[in-house]
This record gives sequence, structure tokens and C-alpha cells, in this order.
Amino acid sequence: MADHAVSAAMPQSVARADASGPSGPKPRHMFSRRNIFLYGTLIVVALYYLLPLYVMVVTSLKGMPEIRLGNIFSPPLEITFEPWVKAWSQACTGLNCDGLSRGFWNSVRITVPSVVLSIAIASVNGYALANWRFKGADTFFVILIVGAFIPYQVMIYPIVIILREIGLYGSLTGLVIVHSIFGMPILTLLFRNYFTSMPEELFRAARVDGAGFWGIYLRIMLPMSLPIFVVAVILQVTGIWNDFLFGVVYTRPDTYPMTVQLNNIVNSVQGVKEYNVNMAATILTGLVPLIVYFISGKLFVRGIAAGAVKG
Amino acid sequence: MSKSERPNQIFRNLNAKIASIPMVLTALVVFVGGTAWTVLYSFTNSKLLPRLNFVGLDQYYRLWATPRWLVSIENLLIYGVLSLIFSLVIGFLLAALLDQKIRFEDTFRTIFLYPFALSFIVTGLVWQWLLNPDFGVQSVVRALGWTGFSFDPLYNSSIVIYGILIAALWQGTGLIMCLMLAGLRGIDEDIWKAARVDGIPTWKTYLFIIIPMMRPVFITTLVIIASGIVKVYDLVVAQTSGGPGIASEVPAKYVYDYMFFAQNLGQGFAASTMMLLSVMIVIVPWAYLEFGGRKRG
Repeated sequence: MADHAVSAAMPQSVARADASGPSGPKPRHMFSRRNIFLYGTLIVVALYYLLPLYVMVVTSLKGMPEIRLGNIFSPPLEITFEPWVKAWSQACTGLNCDGLSRGFWNSVRITVPSVVLSIAIASVNGYALANWRFKGADTFFVILIVGAFIPYQVMIYPIVIILREIGLYGSLTGLVIVHSIFGMPILTLLFRNYFTSMPEELFRAARVDGAGFWGIYLRIMLPMSLPIFVVAVILQVTGIWNDFLFGVVYTRPDTYPMTVQLNNIVNSVQGVKEYNVNMAATILTGLVPLIVYFISGKLFVRGIAAGAVKG
Repeated sequence: MSKSERPNQIFRNLNAKIASIPMVLTALVVFVGGTAWTVLYSFTNSKLLPRLNFVGLDQYYRLWATPRWLVSIENLLIYGVLSLIFSLVIGFLLAALLDQKIRFEDTFRTIFLYPFALSFIVTGLVWQWLLNPDFGVQSVVRALGWTGFSFDPLYNSSIVIYGILIAALWQGTGLIMCLMLAGLRGIDEDIWKAARVDGIPTWKTYLFIIIPMMRPVFITTLVIIASGIVKVYDLVVAQTSGGPGIASEVPAKYVYDYMFFAQNLGQGFAASTMMLLSVMIVIVPWAYLEFGGRKRG
């Protein structure tokens, strides 16, 4: 079906290519009613999406007196970085007043090993599922995928018990294991689909040359699948950094990840609310995934599309 | 390989099996085992510690008689239905706008999608600030001269769930837009040409030709939104902590609070089992369509 359509379309597109013009409809006047409507709508919507980010930044740069008097959309009259310093090194959660820096480093110590471990497990696993199928493998895989839809609330308590039994409840190691478990369905799917799409001949040739399971994985599959690893890293870094539920369930106050600490700082009932410090802390927490997002650009989109659309 | 006798069944493909141990353990112990465990203990009267002291459906009777649970369910329904409709509509409209061969498409897409990179905690806290009646949108509009203007969803228990919805839509519609855009791009250009030749207006082409053709995309999107709705937790915690009073409670928060604060595990298990049930209602038909039919072929 699709082939017919393509071949039927061929002569036309070739003809257009000869004319060396861009494809698509004839360019219209720049200020046609259609364009004004189109770009107008898009710009208004874009402003709406940007507004919270703008307000966050602006608020974090104001002093408290200015916040009390002015409106949240006005730019700061006097720029001050004090709220940022305070959020990073002095903001209080309960009795601890060492700022968000502690949560930041906790999150780093959680995210880095979780990302490495979950991707290592899932890539090998996806590779086994794609090229070394054994009896029953697909059954487990289907359980894994369906399991991804089970609400976490159903499984958090049994995991608490398991972690307590092996003595890891409350430790960062325990949380790393939890992240690896819940990252597994989506990552395994990602890697399995990627490895399945690689040419079968490659794998067969390596087998003929005598390479084994790990040899093929390390010397052929790994070097050839760098893009999908990047996608997986993006997916995991943002996902794990942004996690709140597992952090609050499986860690103790001194090992809380950044999101949990941020929430405790902002929503604490004691003391005077310092909105500028709160907003600075909020930006600081959102900064890591935002940087990942803006650097990775299209790969991020590819990652979430791969994560979202089942193969 | 040929000279030795047929190897033992277990040791065939041994490395692949070793590599799959984490998957097998996760699937069996955590997903199947953990779920079965929770469902089993939801029929007990466990308080501080899980105990196998069966009380039948008592926990469920108590659950459905608790006002907080009923509020949670009502909130989830309102939030669920509205976020489903609005995410699909807004997501599709934005995707359709971006699909008009416009300039700066990448810029617009980057802007619409960036909130999705932020956590629900960050989203909730930003919108808590924006919707703050003393400083946020309400006070700004009042300062402009419209002194009677009132918009304080986070402090008004009858509309608080809409305040959460606003934040959730800001965070999540970018993703839906991306999925829809991928779907629109997957549609053959010839369909558009044919529709144009036949003189069908654009909106009609979208409504009666393109959208029916994008059925698989819509179904996947629907499943993604639906499974996200049931899980909504962090956003509420950050934005309102369930308040004012219990007006913005959601089931996921109910489960967490009963398990870890109220020391009433049985209630927590019963509530989480209800969550599981509601997800299954969505997932099972979908999984059947997706995997069940294919297996035969």
C-alpha cells in the first residue's frame, strides 16, 4: 500500500526538486490573515508557557520588601542574589539549616549510580531479549511491561519490607535499587526495540567468528548503540532527579533528595515565608533537568517519544 | 558445540539467563509478588505492622465510608476527566498549529515542552506562588483596577482541584503535543493533497480524516494520560498538601498517609488495591488489544 503511494508521488516530488523550491504550498504574503492568526496564537500560548519560569526568576531576584509591595510580574528594581545564596546554603528544613546544597548532593549521589545501574541492567537485558531469547523470556517481559502500569502505591510497602530485610531501608543504596527496578520496564523496552532493529547479519557474523554473549554485547552492540544510550541517560537523569515519592518513602531526612527537601523548605509552616528564597530554591531544583533538556534538545523529544509510544 | 552431547536445558543460553535475572526478579518478586502481597494484606486488619489477621472486606467497607476517601475519588474523577479532555484537545491543537509548516517550529516546541522536564514538585510550587491570592494573579488583576476580581483556587475548597489542574496541564500538555505531532507527521502527505483536491475544508479534513487515522496515537496517548492521572501525588503535595482541609486530597496521597503517618496499613492496602483496580479497568482492554491479538498471529 505505502509503496504504491510513494511511487505515485515520486514524479511530482522530483519535478518540484528540479524547480529547487521548497516543498509545500506556495508561499503567501507574510502578513496574511492566516499567518497573523497562526503566529499570534502560537506566541500567546508560548508566553503563557514561559510565564511561570519568568515569574520564578524575577521573584528570586527581588528582596522581600519589594515582593510585598510590587506585583509578581514586574521586573526587579534592585537585583539581589542573596535569596539564591540563602536557598543554597542557609534555608531551613526543621532544625537543619544547611540549605538545599545537602539535598543537591544527595540527589547527585542517588542519580548517578541509579542511572548507571539501571541502564547497565536494562541494556544487557534488552540485548538478551532481542538476540538471545530463551524459553519464557517473553512472558517475563510482558509481565514487566504490564507491571509498569501498576500504581507505585501498590508496591511501595512490600519493597519497604524487602529492603528492611536486607538491611538497606533508609539508605541511598536502597533507593538506587528501587530506581533501577522501576526504570527497568521502560528502559528494557527501549533497548530491546533498538537491538531488534539492528541488522541480524551483524549478530550472525559475530557468532560465526566465535564471539559469545558478552563479547558481542561489549564489542559490537555497545559501540553501535550510543544514541540509544544517550536517550536512556536523558530519560533516567530527568526521571530520577524529579522523583519525589520514592525519595520520601525510602530515605531518611539526612539523605532526602533535593525534591523532597525543597518541598519541606517551601511548605514548612514555621517562620516567615520568604518567597524569594523559595523561588530561588525551586529554580535550583529544576535547573538540572532544565539544563539536560535544553542541551539535549531533539534527543529529549526522542527519548520521551520512545518512552511513551510502545513499540 | 557439535561434538559434545546436547547440553542440559538449564545451561543452554546461560549468559542470557544470567542477564535476565534482574528482570525475572523484578517481574516476579516486585510486580507480581508485591501486588499479590498488598492485595492479600488488604483483607487483614494490619495496623502498625502487617499481620495476617483476616477480616474479610472490612477495610473496604471502612474505606468507602471515609469522607476523605470519597473526596479523593471525586477529585480524581473531576481531575481525570478534565485533564483527559483538555490535554487531548490542547495537545492536538498545538500539534496541528505546529504542523502548518511554520517558521521557528523548534523554538515553539522547545517552549511548549520545557515544563515537562520539571518535576511535579517544582511545578506545584511555582503555581502555588502564581495562584497566591495576596501576591499572585489575583492581586495583580486587582491592582489593575478590577478590585472585585477573585481568583484564589488554592484557598477555595470548592475549586481547588481546578487550581491543580491548571498546573498539571501546564506541565503535561507539551508531551501530548509531541506525541500528536509525531502522529500528524506519520500521515501521508497524499491524504492532504487528495482532501485539498476534493475541496474539503481543513477543519473537516482534521476532524473526519486525520483524527480517525490517528486512532493508534490517540489510544496510546489516552493510556499514558490515564495511567498518569491515577498516580497524581507529588503535585498535590507540593501545591496544596491536600488542603484547604481535605478538599484536594487524591487517592495516592490517601494511601501514603495511611501507610506511613496514620499507622493504618490495612486501610492503605485497601486503598491501593482500589487504585490498582481502576488502572486495570483501563489497562486490561488496552493490553488485550495490543498484545492479545498479536500473539495468535
